[in-house]
Amino acid sequence: MSRKLFPFNGGVHPDGHKEASNATPIRAMPLLPRYVVPLRQHIGVPARPLVRAGERVARGQMIGAAEGYVSTAAHAPTSGTVLAVEPRAVPHPSGLFDLCVVIEADGEDRAVELQPLDWRNLDASALRNRIRDLGLAGLGGAVFPSYIKLNPGAQAIHTLILNGAECEPWITCDDRLMRERAAEIVLGAEIMRHALGCASVLFGVEDNKPEALAALRAAAPADMEVVSVPTLYPSGGGKQLTYLLTGVETPTGGRSTDVGIQVFNVGTAYSLYRAVCLGEPLLSRVVTVTGHVAEPGNFEARIGTPLADLLAAAGGALPGAVGEIIGGPMMGFDLLDRVAPVTKSVNCLLVKDPRLFPARPAALPCIRCGACARACPADLQPFEMYWFSRAKDFGKAQSYDLFDCIECGCCAYVCPSHIPLVDFFRYAKSEIWERERDKREADQARRRHEFKEFRLEREKKEKAEKFAKAAEKQKATAGTEAADPEEARKKAILQGALERARLAKEGVTPKNTDNLPAAVEKEIAEIDARRAQAETRPESGESTP
Amino acid sequence: MISAILVMAGIGLVLGGVLGWASIRYRVQDDPLVEKIDAILPQTQCGQCGFPGCKPYAEAISKGEADINLCPPGGNDGVKRLAELLGVEPKPLGAGMEPKPKAVAVIDENTCIGCTLCIQACPVDAILGAAKQMHSIIAEQCTGCELCLPPCPVDCISMQVIREDVATWKWRYPMHMMKRAA
Repeated sequence: MSRKLFPFNGGVHPDGHKEASNATPIRAMPLLPRYVVPLRQHIGVPARPLVRAGERVARGQMIGAAEGYVSTAAHAPTSGTVLAVEPRAVPHPSGLFDLCVVIEADGEDRAVELQPLDWRNLDASALRNRIRDLGLAGLGGAVFPSYIKLNPGAQAIHTLILNGAECEPWITCDDRLMRERAAEIVLGAEIMRHALGCASVLFGVEDNKPEALAALRAAAPADMEVVSVPTLYPSGGGKQLTYLLTGVETPTGGRSTDVGIQVFNVGTAYSLYRAVCLGEPLLSRVVTVTGHVAEPGNFEARIGTPLADLLAAAGGALPGAVGEIIGGPMMGFDLLDRVAPVTKSVNCLLVKDPRLFPARPAALPCIRCGACARACPADLQPFEMYWFSRAKDFGKAQSYDLFDCIECGCCAYVCPSHIPLVDFFRYAKSEIWERERDKREADQARRRHEFKEFRLEREKKEKAEKFAKAAEKQKATAGTEAADPEEARKKAILQGALERARLAKEGVTPKNTDNLPAAVEKEIAEIDARRAQAETRPESGESTP
Repeated sequence: MISAILVMAGIGLVLGGVLGWASIRYRVQDDPLVEKIDAILPQTQCGQCGFPGCKPYAEAISKGEADINLCPPGGNDGVKRLAELLGVEPKPLGAGMEPKPKAVAVIDENTCIGCTLCIQACPVDAILGAAKQMHSIIAEQCTGCELCLPPCPVDCISMQVIREDVATWKWRYPMHMMKRAA
């Protein structure tokens, strides 16, 4: 009970607003006429589409297969007909379209046969492959394919942390899930512990969720510890929670697995339970709809549910709403198109109103007060990174460990000059990624170009060598030829043929007048003379009329 | 006195020997500056700089025979990085050298007659095909150099601009209102 905690530096206390949506139980969404399932819902390579327009699918049928290592599958959320496999609006800050499978529901909601897995007796690798094909990915926000995280690999995992901190304001989907389905979450954790082969299991839950803590404590066996952590944003960050619970710091540029700790979201544990014990792929998730809406709450929404329908299920936005955020107010992004669907990463739809979400005041110059550095939970110096990002000096920004920034937004939250610091860090990161991509491509092009030059050079050399060899051989055989009369005769015939061919090519018509007797030659000369006379006569005739 | 001189001379000899050995053992064969310049150039091998490839251009820059602003695919950003490396003032790209958006060549497969001329022109072997067989471009390897366009006798190759998708999308430079300090 009284586990020693290791508070991390920094962090902020934004208003929670949890009570807006955590009072009512999770509501199921009615079956909708249409679902749009993106094939890129996870980090890594998008799933490869397995269906074509016009095909009939059943609920739980795999419609996108994992492609490559860092990838996972996608499934049909209900039975019906595939309308199209085409780029559609997706919940992404860019507002760009991405490849989606559009399914028209037939209303039957017919499911494929589900096969529960005997996980205690299943080979670990087979279990992971099944989990990949069931489309499991981290539901905490990063959507990293779960089967990879369940592979302990070379580094032994000694501690499994279940992240139920849910530190972001407004969001309560994990809270409700822990209150209502604690037993299933614990079973999911049991499966994770089995796959990872680790001894210790810790649940980390912020102390503003006493009901969730109580439910988990009631459900957890004696060898799992449910820890109440103080409410402080961002204690739900993977590295922050790891440090908070164990005092182990994740190395720069590394993951918590490097220090033998694996972190999963409680929602992922619940979905893992459903996938393994019921054989059901990841078809739905709990999404909080809150903010300026008529009936805020949590909804069990199928993956592919259009966000407009989700909003309608919560009674719709109240008058005066000024747009929506996907995720929370600290780390979320503005929704650009309500047609975009719920994906595995969408945990909250937050409707903004001018009172709670006033427009960001105009930024003032940085005064180097250091408030951002004190608030930074990753122990970075945001003001330095800001200077270099703003000046597009990305190398310097990177030297201040830009990539350890978790984009939690604490720095921008405390900045007295209201500088959108995180926007600068995201900008710098994506610029650096692009440069690295360009560099890889350039290196590849250089290698290919150098190889082509080498190949051309080699071919030239080989040709020259071949000619030299042939010439040498000819020279060598020239001497021996004369000795062999048969060879000489053949050669003479060949030479004659070559000569004729040459003359034919030059357009010289050979005359068969060689070696004629004198009489015949004389006759020919006479004929030629007559012919010449005959040719000149008509000509002279024309000239003298 | 004698011993001091001997000790100093001995140290000098030993250190001199080490330095002499090191200068032979760790001799740098290539001009490292050329490699550094070449690393900045985008390796499109397009020849727009007037040199037959990025490496020859890098060599010309290192010898001071070519200006640093002759590489349109590298853009003004590339010029800036070259200027930083060489310690000179950056300058805008040369006249008529506008950086184009990134593109890949696409062969119209219905028109291609399989003449292999583009295959010979491609500096990075990114075109696949054989005589009288259809040719195809390996998009991931194409640098967008456009060197395959002129040799094509039937003009069946066109350049297609690469549009950004969700994976390659970048966060824009934050355009925020900066309040005037009073």
